[in-house]
Amino acid sequence: MTTATLDVNQPATPPAFQHLSTGRRVKNGIATALVWLAFLVAVIPLVWVLVSVLARGAHMVANADWWQQSLGGLLGDDVGGGVYHAIYGSLVQSLMCAVIAVPIGLLVAIYLVEYGRGRLAKATTFMVDILSGVPSIVAALFIYAMWITTLGFNRSGFAVSLALVLLMLPVVVRSSEDMLRLVPDELREASYALGIPKWKTIVKIVIPTALSGILTGIMLALARVMGETAPVLVLVGYSGYINYDLFSGEMASLPLLMNSERVSNPSPIGTDRIWGAALTLVIIIALFNLAATLLSRLVAPKKK
Amino acid sequence: MAKRIDVKDLNIYYGKFHAVDGVTLSVPPRSVTAFIGPSGCGKSTVLRSLNRMHEVIPGARVEGDVLLDGQNIYASAVDPVQVRRTIGMVFQRPNPFPTMSIRDNVVAGLKLAGVRNKSQLDEVAERALRGANLWNEVKDRLNRPGGGLSGGQQQRLCIARAIAVRPDVLLMDEPCSALDPISTLAIEDLITELKKDYTIVIVTHNMQQAARVSDQTAFFNLAGVGQPGRLVEIDDTEKIFSNPTQKATEDYISGRFG
Amino acid sequence: MSESSATPTPAGASVDSGNTGVGGRVPSADTTPEGPISAQPVTGNKTKVRPGDRIFRGLTTGSGVLVVVLIGLIGLFLLVQAIPSIGLDQVNFLTSREWSTNDPANLRFGILDLLLVTVATSVVALVIAMPVSLGIALFLTQYAPPKLARPFAYAVDLLAAVPSIIFGLWGLYVLAPQLAPIASWLNDTLGFIPIFADGNVSSEIGGTIFTAGVVLGIMLLPIITSLTREVFQRTPVAQIEGALALGATRWEVIRTTVLPFGKAGYISASMLGLGRALGETIALTIILLAPSTTFGGSIFDGGATFASKIASASSEFNDPRSVGAYITAGLVLFLLTFLVNFAGRAIVSGKKEYR
Repeated sequence: MTTATLDVNQPATPPAFQHLSTGRRVKNGIATALVWLAFLVAVIPLVWVLVSVLARGAHMVANADWWQQSLGGLLGDDVGGGVYHAIYGSLVQSLMCAVIAVPIGLLVAIYLVEYGRGRLAKATTFMVDILSGVPSIVAALFIYAMWITTLGFNRSGFAVSLALVLLMLPVVVRSSEDMLRLVPDELREASYALGIPKWKTIVKIVIPTALSGILTGIMLALARVMGETAPVLVLVGYSGYINYDLFSGEMASLPLLMNSERVSNPSPIGTDRIWGAALTLVIIIALFNLAATLLSRLVAPKKK
Repeated sequence: MAKRIDVKDLNIYYGKFHAVDGVTLSVPPRSVTAFIGPSGCGKSTVLRSLNRMHEVIPGARVEGDVLLDGQNIYASAVDPVQVRRTIGMVFQRPNPFPTMSIRDNVVAGLKLAGVRNKSQLDEVAERALRGANLWNEVKDRLNRPGGGLSGGQQQRLCIARAIAVRPDVLLMDEPCSALDPISTLAIEDLITELKKDYTIVIVTHNMQQAARVSDQTAFFNLAGVGQPGRLVEIDDTEKIFSNPTQKATEDYISGRFG
Repeated sequence: MSESSATPTPAGASVDSGNTGVGGRVPSADTTPEGPISAQPVTGNKTKVRPGDRIFRGLTTGSGVLVVVLIGLIGLFLLVQAIPSIGLDQVNFLTSREWSTNDPANLRFGILDLLLVTVATSVVALVIAMPVSLGIALFLTQYAPPKLARPFAYAVDLLAAVPSIIFGLWGLYVLAPQLAPIASWLNDTLGFIPIFADGNVSSEIGGTIFTAGVVLGIMLLPIITSLTREVFQRTPVAQIEGALALGATRWEVIRTTVLPFGKAGYISASMLGLGRALGETIALTIILLAPSTTFGGSIFDGGATFASKIASASSEFNDPRSVGAYITAGLVLFLLTFLVNFAGRAIVSGKKEYR
């Protein structure tokens, strides 16, 4: 590959032109090699992580019970059981988070693109940036300080959802904002010229045009918050049993299950459960990514 | 339907920049008026101010009166949204709504205003598409996306969309500048037909086009670099192109500048 | 005409009135869309904003305000609950290296060790991630065959999709044993330098700042790469072509055009990466062993960062006074990431070329 890349830089008919000095050529070659190496350095851990998770978790996931049972009543070294209680918790907590974060995020994005002028808009943009840099543990502590200490609620799956909102919100705002900005002004003008009020123009013309991209962004954000661990550590207790109630009681989720097995179950069975849950999480995230792609194709404006 | 427009001493500003200075003109009903002039002379700005579309641009504001059959569209109780429903507009580049079918594009204005009656919408769609000379080309694919049409067809679709809400006046901002000559011809024929029912104002860079389609022509020019644009003269198209009163108009038309 | 000629208008001008729909006679508009305006009598002079527009504008603007308020609330709530515990603290919370919160009546906590370990892991991570990310960004924008650039970029982005808990598990159980030889080689050869000296954690298990930094570095790759890549892509084509026309090699083109143009973006991206590294929680909680030992200055030490300290204690959050100690740590972490992110954003937003 290195030589191939070098050739591109060579004059087409060498004899007619000045010769490249060896020093320049060597430097160019080294740079090319290093840059390719850097890329490999990024790809190796990706593949390595995925292969490790697959190799250690596959035998757990391959069992149908894994998807249909909980770990309720099982001791640390009991074989069997499953993680459907944790899958349920992960999905419900993230969906509740999306229910809150998506409308707010979309409205903020609309504000920034369609209405935002002056100081407030600048402040909002800036704060969205800052929010996207807030560590997940800080978001969790904030919800703990507000929801549990100050307002007096108990730890619950819903508290987790609230913390996840803080993490999902900036992602939804950013991606929706980008998508709304891609909608040409000409469409807005065409709509105004038909005597359609601004809010209807946004709801019926601008958002549908950007919808495919917005949905992709939401799905990816959802996949991201599903793997967040810090909020579940702080804001909800772990239970091996299924708990359908988001608003009270201990509730498992995949990251929380992995962590509690890691902390309190040193047996090989615990290790199996950890890697099984890790693979389950990877599978679910992969499915969400896949769904994002499919959904965007499905909703995208058609040409023909 | 068609109404007359009277513009009285219209000044347009973008923030502190004085873009157009003191325009006064009249557009009789059922006629085509062409705005010509060099780039940046304010002709598109004046056109946009006729249905308050300039207000979409932050900082733009207008002084003076624009009367539609005697009623000032800038009166404080007048809703700009309603002005635009009465005075339609067609843009430089065809801009059908990408998420909608051909039929939905045509009836978008009605549908979004709350008309649900399907047979009424179908009727309007056919009427507007026939009016835009597009019906025969698209009647078999009304449910296909509007983006699949050719540029000229898309522009006629946009005209159909504009006339579907039955405006009194149709403003066209260089409607053919993005089209090939054959599509341009089709649009020009259409303008001549639409004249029977609508008052039309068209901005064009193409002087032959102005000569072909318009009844009267208004020539705009810049007073100087950094100065506001102004209306130099307005008269019957024949007169402007054969025997203009102003030297500047003659220079522009004979190609001596601009 | 052109949008660019629009400038802010003085107060009182009819800004946006078209958008907000200042004007009267609303109800009739929606019911009789074909009605000409002159058919309806002008009713007085009351200007009425279209209710739909007013509500919608209010909702969106309110959401914008909410985001601004949210950041303030985070700081406020953490501060309010940190203050009482700082008051109860028996040692100086900035300079002490103690951390004992089991007895709420005798709180002894200081953030110095947490700060040192947090910074140490982040520095190790940046030392690894910065050059590699630069390489990847150059690869994706300048070297990769155009057809493959997109899938390659996607592969790098996928790294960001892997949850950090999985990186943590992989880091401790899979990567650390493989890193052990490298660690002991560094320790043997460079042990005379304090940062490579013997640590307080067994190097065979590898629950060290070194391992944590490597894993964190990998996690930062997609973050630093994506912003850097975005900036590199905006290098003016004219500059690149100018360099090519002078007979520059590809590396010389990069050194003379892409790197100078993208430098600020790269630094900013690294700052954002640093912000992420400072707050990374679960991966470090898993990897870093010996969380209660004193940091001895070697990257082969274990220890605890702000985030990992909070996370590992979270199951014992009971007494508000003890929790306050952790909230204090959280507050410091929040301020730290705020500053780093602020600086990172300020670097790019000052550059007009990047728009």
